[in-house]
Amino acid sequence: MNIHEYQAKAVLSKYGVAVPKGKVADTPAEAEAIAKEFGTPVVVKAQIHAGGRGKGGGVKFAKTPEEAREYAKQIIGMTLVTHQTGPQGKKVKRVLVEQAGKIKRELYLGMVIDRGISRVVMMASTEGGMEIETVAAKTPEKILKEWVDPAVGLMPFQARKLAFGLGIPGELTGKAVKFMTALYKAFVDTDCSLAEINPLVLTEDGDIVALDAKMNFDGNGLFRHKEIQELRDFDEEDPTETEASKFDLSYISLDGDIGCMVNGAGLAMATMDMIKHCGGSPANFLDVGGGASAEQVTNAFRLILSDAKVKAILVNIFGGIMRCDIIAEGVVMAAKTLGLSVPLVVRLEGTNVEKGKEILAASKLNIISAADMGDAAKKVVLAAAGRAN
Amino acid sequence: MSIFINKDTKVLVQGITGSVGAFHTKQMLEYGTKIVGGVTPGKSGSKIEGVPVFNSVHDAVKVTGANASVIYVPPGFAADAICEAFDAGLDIVICITEGIPILDMVKAKRFMDGKKTRLVGPNCPGVITPGECKIGIMPGYIHKPGTIGIVSRSGTLTYEAVHQVTTVGLGQSTCIGIGGDPINGTNFIDVLSAFQADPKTEAVIMIGEIGGTAEEEAATFVKAKMTKPVIGFVAGQTAPKGKRMGHAGAIISGGKGTAGEKIEAFRAAGISVSETPSDMGKTLARRLGRNVK
Repeated sequence: MNIHEYQAKAVLSKYGVAVPKGKVADTPAEAEAIAKEFGTPVVVKAQIHAGGRGKGGGVKFAKTPEEAREYAKQIIGMTLVTHQTGPQGKKVKRVLVEQAGKIKRELYLGMVIDRGISRVVMMASTEGGMEIETVAAKTPEKILKEWVDPAVGLMPFQARKLAFGLGIPGELTGKAVKFMTALYKAFVDTDCSLAEINPLVLTEDGDIVALDAKMNFDGNGLFRHKEIQELRDFDEEDPTETEASKFDLSYISLDGDIGCMVNGAGLAMATMDMIKHCGGSPANFLDVGGGASAEQVTNAFRLILSDAKVKAILVNIFGGIMRCDIIAEGVVMAAKTLGLSVPLVVRLEGTNVEKGKEILAASKLNIISAADMGDAAKKVVLAAAGRAN
Repeated sequence: MSIFINKDTKVLVQGITGSVGAFHTKQMLEYGTKIVGGVTPGKSGSKIEGVPVFNSVHDAVKVTGANASVIYVPPGFAADAICEAFDAGLDIVICITEGIPILDMVKAKRFMDGKKTRLVGPNCPGVITPGECKIGIMPGYIHKPGTIGIVSRSGTLTYEAVHQVTTVGLGQSTCIGIGGDPINGTNFIDVLSAFQADPKTEAVIMIGEIGGTAEEEAATFVKAKMTKPVIGFVAGQTAPKGKRMGHAGAIISGGKGTAGEKIEAFRAAGISVSETPSDMGKTLARRLGRNVK
């Protein structure tokens, strides 16, 4: 789960991570008031779940409260397009108004979980403001890394190593260690999957501050963080994906026109690949899970059919624990209650497959049955193209 | 022969009194697996499917002599269950649970360091040696004893591979789901080296997916150490970047972990890559020079 910059800064500051003084504004008038309160100059920053906001015109430097209001007026309501939003962009609903300090140096500090080593890794680089992926690709030697032993946490010597590696002056080492220790504490306490301070700045006044902040959370850990769950912004998410999560369905919207319903994530991905191989394009990824009921199947169908792009549907089920007859009943029930407006190709294999096929045949519904995955993909691609099988 | 589990493996079920644990205990018993005990704290003295329940893994091991366990404990408690099983000194622990917080696994891995127990999973279908022992949630009847080893990050896609292997007239030595989470126990290389050493395994099917670099590392191992034929498939060639595709570990992040990179690594290591998920069986048969039935 992602949150906004202003929310991330609020979470981090609770743990003692230094952030600039700022407040979020929903209206230009509020932006002006905040600028007056903190004193100018201020920075007015669009709040959306995407990076590259500055280049897209979503970050402005205001010298007076009036300017802050003017910029807020321009930014709130605009559709911001960045390299991370896709061409359709994202609508800005609010801005963060922050006191602008004098910046001496811009650095990078980030934390992720290193899958290979099974530990949290803190990464630092002198290339502040740049995307870490770009730095990693071009100049990997410029990324410093410290892996944290979970039994003892981030040790001060590790933080010092990073600080000295970044060339942070000796008199600021204490502040740097405090900053990094607080960041690590916030990361593990809230079940983060990523925390990124880019840039981390050294100010003319001798402070170390998080100028920007990004936090992603591990969905599996959210159950124990009610306060983080409340930060979720549904406007930033795909509405169908949000709907799917209510039913415990794993769904991801894609650009194509073939709706897919599959059990198991690996098989669902493989089904998409198969469709592509046959010249078609999947409209979604949808894993109904290992033990889905007839009702789950109906919910899955409703989601697929709510996508106007869908011209044909492929159901690919390898029944293990999930029995094919249950799936077949679900498919028939869904098709009857929702009304099947597009061709449906079904491939069933596994437990009770014969019974499942009988149920589909007896339903008198216009279902195209397929012998295996390859056959199913070929048939659904033809059906989506409006050609008879 | 087989790897990791066989007809003599004595299994405990952690979380046996839950609905999922009880259901699969029955399924495993019907397959012929030696389930010798269950563990649910506070439920000692009761029985599930005739299997005695204990308060702790230690108690259960003392009484039953179990050397393996399978975990069906809810996600918030599963990492603790893994550590308990390691502490009891079992040979192998298979964790089925999906949705364990990743930082819980970071701690569990630290606890596991230096201990002899093997973890398979979490978020996996389990391990099966057809005709001998099934530990997990896979449908037993689709498997057939034979000479092909299968290792995969996915559940149902493994069933698909098993089905295709059977369809081309071959069977399986052992099938192992290593799980779809970003942090797991046994990895591809552990399984590949065990298959290489197993006289009954003739060839291996390895099924990867997007995310991480486990497939690339496995490819390096295959090139350096494997003499047995390896057939590979990687799911997620059409997956968009930055989206978690069902499995917690199946995500292309920072442009890394794409199917394309993994397939390229497979090819460079001499692994026969199945172009589509429906060609795994045929690719295997071709590599082994068998006629496809």
